Amino acid sequence: MPEPVLVVEGLRTHFFTKQGVVKAVDDVSFTVGRGEVVGLVGESGSGKSMTGYSIMGLIDPPGRIVDGRILLNGVDLRALPEEGIRRIRGNRVAMIFQDPMMTLNPVLRIDTQMIEAIRAHERTGVAAARARARDAFARVGIPSPDVRLAAYPHQFSGGMRQRVAIAIALLNRPDLVIADEPTTALDVTIQGQILYEMQKLARETGTALMWITHDLSVIAGLADRVCVMYAGRIVEQGSAEAVLGSPRHPYTRGLLDSVPSNNRRGGRLAQIPGMTPSLLDLPPGCPFRERCSNAMPDCAISPEVTVTDDGARTIRCHHPLAPIADKAAVLAR
Amino acid sequence: MSSAPPSVPLIELRRASKRFVKSLDLAAKIGNRLGADVREEVVHAVDHVNIVVFPGEVVGLVGESGCGKSTLGRLAAGLLTLTEGERYWRGTLLGKLASAQARKQQLKLQMIFQDPYASLNPRMRVIDIVGEAPVAHRLISPRQLREYVGVMLNRVGLDPTLMRRYPHQFSGGQRARIGIARALAVKPEFLVCDESVAALDVSIQAQVLNLFMDLKGALNLTYLFISHDLGVVRFLSDRVVVMYLGRIVETAPTSALFDAPSHPYTQALLAEVGRVEPKKRTYVPIKGEIPSPLDPPSGCHFHPRCPHVMPRCRERAPPLFDVGPGRASACWLSESAADAGRL
Repeated sequence: MPEPVLVVEGLRTHFFTKQGVVKAVDDVSFTVGRGEVVGLVGESGSGKSMTGYSIMGLIDPPGRIVDGRILLNGVDLRALPEEGIRRIRGNRVAMIFQDPMMTLNPVLRIDTQMIEAIRAHERTGVAAARARARDAFARVGIPSPDVRLAAYPHQFSGGMRQRVAIAIALLNRPDLVIADEPTTALDVTIQGQILYEMQKLARETGTALMWITHDLSVIAGLADRVCVMYAGRIVEQGSAEAVLGSPRHPYTRGLLDSVPSNNRRGGRLAQIPGMTPSLLDLPPGCPFRERCSNAMPDCAISPEVTVTDDGARTIRCHHPLAPIADKAAVLAR
Repeated sequence: MSSAPPSVPLIELRRASKRFVKSLDLAAKIGNRLGADVREEVVHAVDHVNIVVFPGEVVGLVGESGCGKSTLGRLAAGLLTLTEGERYWRGTLLGKLASAQARKQQLKLQMIFQDPYASLNPRMRVIDIVGEAPVAHRLISPRQLREYVGVMLNRVGLDPTLMRRYPHQFSGGQRARIGIARALAVKPEFLVCDESVAALDVSIQAQVLNLFMDLKGALNLTYLFISHDLGVVRFLSDRVVVMYLGRIVETAPTSALFDAPSHPYTQALLAEVGRVEPKKRTYVPIKGEIPSPLDPPSGCHFHPRCPHVMPRCRERAPPLFDVGPGRASACWLSESAADAGRL
């Protein structure tokens, strides 16, 4: 495994609302190595975005990180004062959001925003900063960068706007980029272009990439390792090949089975019964047990993270599925 | 399904066009008086499209955003009027019916929208959302309302005891079901589903797609299923229509299309379809973006992005050529194949 850029250990982010405590992130641990692409998948409300926000230090009250360590290159971000986080955010760690209009100021030209982002973190002349902005534009495949730099965000199409957001994230050559559903709002052909650029960047610059998405097909094509989240916890973690090819947690299996392209035409889609539980005052025990076909009485006790498959995978389940030996059978299914 | 379709289509659009015109404002009119040449902006959202849907069929309509698929769906459902062209229901030309008859006919076509949040009135209770239309159209008397809505909710898998609630008290998947119940309440024969599962999580999406298929069997429904998700379309439809910038570029039976796409755009689109296969892939993008429909390229709209572009593509738009049983492709490359087939 490459040297870890990010180590998250036992992260818990809870929201203290009037109705009760929402455990949005509940004991999450994972690492991201240099040049590695780690996919964080889950359905809405599974806590995948909140994990990303926690790392970025973007949790606002009533939310609070109550426990755990977030180590970036060995430095615990939770121990840093706000000023220290500011120096790292946008510099060593950058985030790309689903809606690029949220990242971009609509009344400022793109070059103004990019130069500002560079000069916030280091003493550089405006001309040098602009040159770097132009390089970043070229790197993400924006044609005629000089003209486009002088444009306003509304003058870009959705796909181009997302490229701009990516270019801004890459300006300070971060060690880690957290991408939160960056291609969800885009068309498939544009999504293909963006994924192509990101894949190339991770490979060439060694930037670690944490890719948060609900789209399993994106993860399948892009990620080296996958963490599957459910109700604030990582239920299964391992190489993309192992987790998607031979899922061992019943939820991962259910999720993969309900993807239409994994089902035969005209038949019925495999479906997970019920819906995701409310995270408000979640009862103890495995949160998936109400929907799980393998549930047993002991699932009322919360399962611990267990390492299986010779250390290649971790599962949070008392009764994991048997590993599938024949991968061809999985693909045929 | 795959049996020979009956000869009379349920719905048919012939040379249907929809243009949206942004008329000139006062400043532009004054400008024109003073000699400036300000033109009206015209968007050809749908450009001379022919489409037929036979009873019992599920037709998938795919394309990227801005290609006109939603507009075409709304034209088919009768929510938008045609700028040009004709619309037939079971062989009769629509638009010439007397108003009472037209209203009755219109009930047979219903639409299910994408956003389960925006398409339900937040101030109405479920019982009124679902029950308003059948009462207004005298399908049921107000006294039967409660019972009728209960049946509808049961049919879409919702608990009838929840009918006094408001939309915000439901989850996304449940709201999608309310939208379906509302459409079904007026006993339609033809449903246009515009990205109806796009906003749902995968596990909920599977439940709703199964519901669609169950209802199709139970109520003998016909669907026009609009989606950008090719995986969903492949799973659900009997026949697929691919649109690009207001025109149909390819139409084919589902398996034929996915096995061997004919049009270069379809090929590019299918190459981008994510597969959940545990295999790393290298993304090879098709270049460029979908051009603005305000100013579409000349000739074949796809030519600036097409890897097989020829000089004639820039000059003339190709018509739909027959490229196999039930298949057509609007590409000059298919012309020779079509000729060979004719001989």
